[in-house]
Amino acid sequence: MLEITPTHYLVLSAGLFMIGVIGVMVRRNIIIIFMSIELMLNAVNVNLAAFSQQWQHVTGQVFAVFVIAVAAAEAAVGLGIILAFYRNKETVNIDEMNVMRW
Amino acid sequence: LTGGALLVLIVDVLTARQQRGLLAWVTLGVLVATLLALLPFSDVNTVASRGLLAIDGFAFFFKLVFLLTALVTVLMSSSYIEVEGLRAGEYYFLILCATLGMMFMASGIDLITIFIGLETMAVAFYILAGFLKPNRRSNEAAVKYFLLGAFSLGLLLYGMSILYGLSGTTNVRELATVLASQERNALLIVGLVMVVAGIGFKIAAVPFHMWAPDVYEGAPTPVTAFLSVGSKAASFAMLLRLFMEGLPFLADMWQPMFWVLAVMSMTVGNLAALTQSNIKRMLAYSSIAHAGYLLIGVVANSSRGVTAMMIYLLLYVFMQLGAFAVVVMLRRQDVAGDELKDLSGLYFRYPTAAVAMLFFMLSLGGLPPTAGFMGKFWLFSAAIESGFIWLAVIGVLNSAVSLYYYIRVVVFMWMKEEALGSPIVASPSMAVALTVALAGAVVFGVYPRPLFELAQESAQSIGGVAAAVSALSF
Amino acid sequence: MAEAIVFYGLAALILGFAVLVISTRNTVHSALYLVVNFLLVAMLYVMLGAEFLAAIQVLVYAGGIVVLYLFVVMLVNLKRPPETHQDPRRQTRLGLALASALLAELAAIIVYSATGESAPAATAAAAAGADIAGGNVEQIGMLLYTNYLIPFEVASMLLLVAMIGAIVLAKREL
Repeated sequence: MLEITPTHYLVLSAGLFMIGVIGVMVRRNIIIIFMSIELMLNAVNVNLAAFSQQWQHVTGQVFAVFVIAVAAAEAAVGLGIILAFYRNKETVNIDEMNVMRW
Repeated sequence: LTGGALLVLIVDVLTARQQRGLLAWVTLGVLVATLLALLPFSDVNTVASRGLLAIDGFAFFFKLVFLLTALVTVLMSSSYIEVEGLRAGEYYFLILCATLGMMFMASGIDLITIFIGLETMAVAFYILAGFLKPNRRSNEAAVKYFLLGAFSLGLLLYGMSILYGLSGTTNVRELATVLASQERNALLIVGLVMVVAGIGFKIAAVPFHMWAPDVYEGAPTPVTAFLSVGSKAASFAMLLRLFMEGLPFLADMWQPMFWVLAVMSMTVGNLAALTQSNIKRMLAYSSIAHAGYLLIGVVANSSRGVTAMMIYLLLYVFMQLGAFAVVVMLRRQDVAGDELKDLSGLYFRYPTAAVAMLFFMLSLGGLPPTAGFMGKFWLFSAAIESGFIWLAVIGVLNSAVSLYYYIRVVVFMWMKEEALGSPIVASPSMAVALTVALAGAVVFGVYPRPLFELAQESAQSIGGVAAAVSALSF
Repeated sequence: MAEAIVFYGLAALILGFAVLVISTRNTVHSALYLVVNFLLVAMLYVMLGAEFLAAIQVLVYAGGIVVLYLFVVMLVNLKRPPETHQDPRRQTRLGLALASALLAELAAIIVYSATGESAPAATAAAAAGADIAGGNVEQIGMLLYTNYLIPFEVASMLLLVAMIGAIVLAKREL
């Protein structure tokens, strides 16, 4: 398997995506959960770039550019929300966010 | 609409602190202007801007729904803002931007347009959910909504990237033709599952509904109303666009998936709502149940199903917003107005609101004379028509169960004795909001004929394409 | 041949740092690992012939977003690491097991679909690394402003909303 086919990129991006999912499931600190979501979005970008190279046209990369722009906007808003939350309650630990119970 | 949103910002900066009312009027003006600008497009059926936007009946109908929702929400929130001391300028700007995002979601037929529309709406809602900074519940609602929203976005995008990868095109209609010709490989199924999961989060269908009750309870009430109706309708528009036009040939695969989602959403939504003491939480669970009913239309996978769904969504706008309008009215200086007990004795203090609430509750439950019954009737008949008898039976059972907790609210209003708290005063704009919602619920309940034709004709544009494509692939 | 080695090297590093991001105790460390991860992915893009994407990745992700994280971490100055008290309800083992099972299954599907003759990857007989005709940047730029103008404008509105949102939420009092 010397020649790198897009499937390699696919497997890599699937791995990265899953690591992101694990990060979201397991970690308790919101900021790290947020980082693993960025990892997942990165995996999507790898996927898009690989497919756009396979189909020999640039639409995939345009899609990836939009994904990056959106991820940046989300990061800004998300961190804003975390800050607002932190100011109210001295913790970023997700378990302590149980003001509203079932 | 974009121009309007920017105008609101400029006006906000210019006006001094005290004329808050002015801003509400500016926003209303923008919304009405957009509504008028939209009307000439009612029968156009073209694909604009190089295959990115479809200005067709389907999109027109949904844009109508979004503008209506935004109008009623703005009417509702003008008094709410003074009581809560919110930043009016940003608040109205965000509502307009959320509506803008919804419109692109409904009319986009290119994966990128749909995705960008979804994001604009979602980001606006994250901020709106966390708008009451001092109130800890609103913060927590925003954080939960944000995390789960971003997570579901990751899933959806992964699914979309696979769909793009396999077909080489992001245009939904081309995607259908290309993928229909390829026979199915495992990757396509993975992509499909991811997209279903991502959208499942957005419409809060059961396995993905954890966030809904907390966010509905935490967010400011008009935002909850706007969220529960607008975001749900836009997500359903996206779902229809993606599945009916994009993947009709995979119908035998995603129909059972949505079948399961529909049944679970209805049952869990209704059962959980039975035990709620907080009105907003109860309405959250009831809106999960309504997502289940709407999914029945998706499972039917026929243009009749789409028509039934569109009608139900429009009626849902009136019923849900009406119910929330009454809850917003209860919010006074000293009373949070969230708990059921705040409703008690409403009839004696403010009879018109009580009667309005009665009507909204009955139509949400789906009792014969009300609009809700019409919507459910069409949904179930569409399901039966395409052979999902069991689904319709479960649906009917569920709406029977749901009647119980809707009536419970009415009971609170009539039987229980007066609750204390400052007198309820309905600001003029609130009265208008209530009358609009009431009118919608009443008129369409008694005389649904025009609504049926409008939905029928606008469903053609999506049903037609799906039928054409599916005819091609079988 | 060289290209394969580079790819496998990069892939291993990326996955390695990703695991590090989610496993370190200290948030600042995981932010740094994230930066390295983003830069490696940027290198991957260059291999894929997507130079424009690589440049953006470095600028926006590695440059912008991670700096944002560091600000927030500094502001939130975590004195006590959050994992001190082990919460019995939190089944981390279960989460890990579940997710890795998913990973194995996903990888299996992809490998299976790749080997199967139907997989588009095989049919496309991708000459990996073949450069896309014309400069990559001009192509994207051209496409961005012609075909995808509408989403481009909506994206600008989205960024405006994000800015206002961040200000509304983060500022102490308005």
